[in-house]
Amino acid sequence: MSVSATEPATPWRRPQVTQGWLARLFDSKAFLVVACLTPALGLLLVFLTYPLGLGIWLAFTDTHIGRGGSFIGFENFESLWYDRVFWGAVFYTVFYTAVATVLKFALGLWLALLLNENLPFKSLLRAVILLPWIVPTVLSAIAFWWMFDAQFSIISYVLVDKLGLMDHYIDFLGTPWAARWSLVFANVWRGIPFVAISLLAGLQTISPSLYEAALLDGASSWQRFTRITAPLLMPILAVVLTFSVLFTFTDFQLVYAITRGGPINSTHLMATLAFQRGIPGGQLGEGAAIAVSMIPFLILATLFSYFALARRKWQQGEDNE
Amino acid sequence: MSKAASTEEGAALSWQSSQRRVVTVYLPMICFVVILLFPFYWMTVTTFKPNAELYDYKNYSPFWVVNPTLANIKKLLFETSYPHWLFNTMLIAVCATALSLVASVLAAYAIQRLRFKGSAYVGLAIYIAYLVPPSILFIPLASMVFQLGLFDSPFALILTYPTFLIPFCTWLLIGYFKSIPYELEECALIDGATRLQILRQITLPLAVPGLISAGIFSFTLSWNEFIYALAFISSSENKTVPVAILTELVQGDVYQWGALMAGSLLGSLPVAIFYSFFVDYYVSSLTGAVKE
Repeated sequence: MSVSATEPATPWRRPQVTQGWLARLFDSKAFLVVACLTPALGLLLVFLTYPLGLGIWLAFTDTHIGRGGSFIGFENFESLWYDRVFWGAVFYTVFYTAVATVLKFALGLWLALLLNENLPFKSLLRAVILLPWIVPTVLSAIAFWWMFDAQFSIISYVLVDKLGLMDHYIDFLGTPWAARWSLVFANVWRGIPFVAISLLAGLQTISPSLYEAALLDGASSWQRFTRITAPLLMPILAVVLTFSVLFTFTDFQLVYAITRGGPINSTHLMATLAFQRGIPGGQLGEGAAIAVSMIPFLILATLFSYFALARRKWQQGEDNE
Repeated sequence: MSKAASTEEGAALSWQSSQRRVVTVYLPMICFVVILLFPFYWMTVTTFKPNAELYDYKNYSPFWVVNPTLANIKKLLFETSYPHWLFNTMLIAVCATALSLVASVLAAYAIQRLRFKGSAYVGLAIYIAYLVPPSILFIPLASMVFQLGLFDSPFALILTYPTFLIPFCTWLLIGYFKSIPYELEECALIDGATRLQILRQITLPLAVPGLISAGIFSFTLSWNEFIYALAFISSSENKTVPVAILTELVQGDVYQWGALMAGSLLGSLPVAIFYSFFVDYYVSSLTGAVKE
């Protein structure tokens, strides 16, 4: 007490938080914006935008692995134009995308509608259904490979020996068309969960009162589906469709794991052909040309699936988000 | 029908509708579940089958294992470098996830909360980046990886995986940040908190569910990635599980189906277990990302 009394009384001052230059720097918005965006945009520019441009450049050169190439104009594309394997790959890529997408959406929508019913073990069912989508594609593809085995296929076993529907084992991966359909089947199997769970989320945002009102007006269940469910599901459907088309078109893993493009190049997708020519074949230029020729298809498919469905929304007089 | 029968008719109708429900709802549902799960069942059964049963459908039912064996798993774990591949995959997935999470949290915060001029365009650009598929990028990336001297090193994958992880995570996190009331940040600003303090002590704790979603999703996507790992890694000991099983276990024309299935099963298990802990986050991030 006495000690403190002898000390000169300092006038009370407002406690000031002294901000270092670092803290002040972090409070300036412009700096903060730059600092926050640098890691993400930097990584994307270096490893996404630059390679995209580099890929287009490589398509016009005759680069090989370990040897820089020189500009050769459209030569790569010209040789692809007369390449029957390339056109086979283009055909199968379009076929694979179209068939698999239609099946995935038809079955996925059906599954979503089923999941939207009041079922026992609802959350468990949902968890189980998403499993094919979670497990690495290559690993489930290996399981399909074994199921499509010519001699020991379990599918053939069930069809021939158990049900007696056929008299011979199917050579799933030995003939071109059987192999093509087998791959589509595997792709659909893997894609259904994603479509179903995303569409289920869309279904759950539709207010039940709309269905009650329609029921009172005497609408049949088909009318309820086409007049309420389908239009209200359209926006989310457009997004899911865009993604599904994009990722099916550029698929690589499934085909590479199960057939590697065979038999006789009949199941090559553009991505697997680009890989085969580019990496093990060493012809980076030609591989890049194949990869680049996917871009117009992708832009077209994206625009189509997006605008075809988005316009319907606009026609119904809803405002775009 | 007659009036007297009306109650009976009602009962018949309700019975009929429950019958109908079985046919229209439960039966298709069971078919879907059986078909979607069968490959996993088949994988598991094959893993534990001894070779004698594997190729003999006449004497043993293929759907069941009579004498389960651990030989396939033992072979995988002790005669191949499977543990090593597992470690590589884990390391790459964890590093790529951490890198992408940090970058996307900052980017999402800047786009959604700092509201600078043109933030909408930056958001759009990141969205478009998500639409660029790896199948187009792997050839130029391979030549870049060569030139940078990263070929056959895990860094090649750690640095390239963020190209598809960052757009997805940023997109997801923008949605989560949007759901946090801006008033909370304004209060903190008035109380004298710096922007960094706000991010660390207010926004991030509230966005934890979003962070978990983005994290587990990135982890799964990195674990599943195939084309970059196939193109950028050549030596056996640096491979990731999906690539190694396909390229190292398939030798010649005789496929070791037992070992292949064991490898697939063990490679799927970590993701499946991980998934079972965070199911709700998976569903919410899947649907949340689509809705945004």
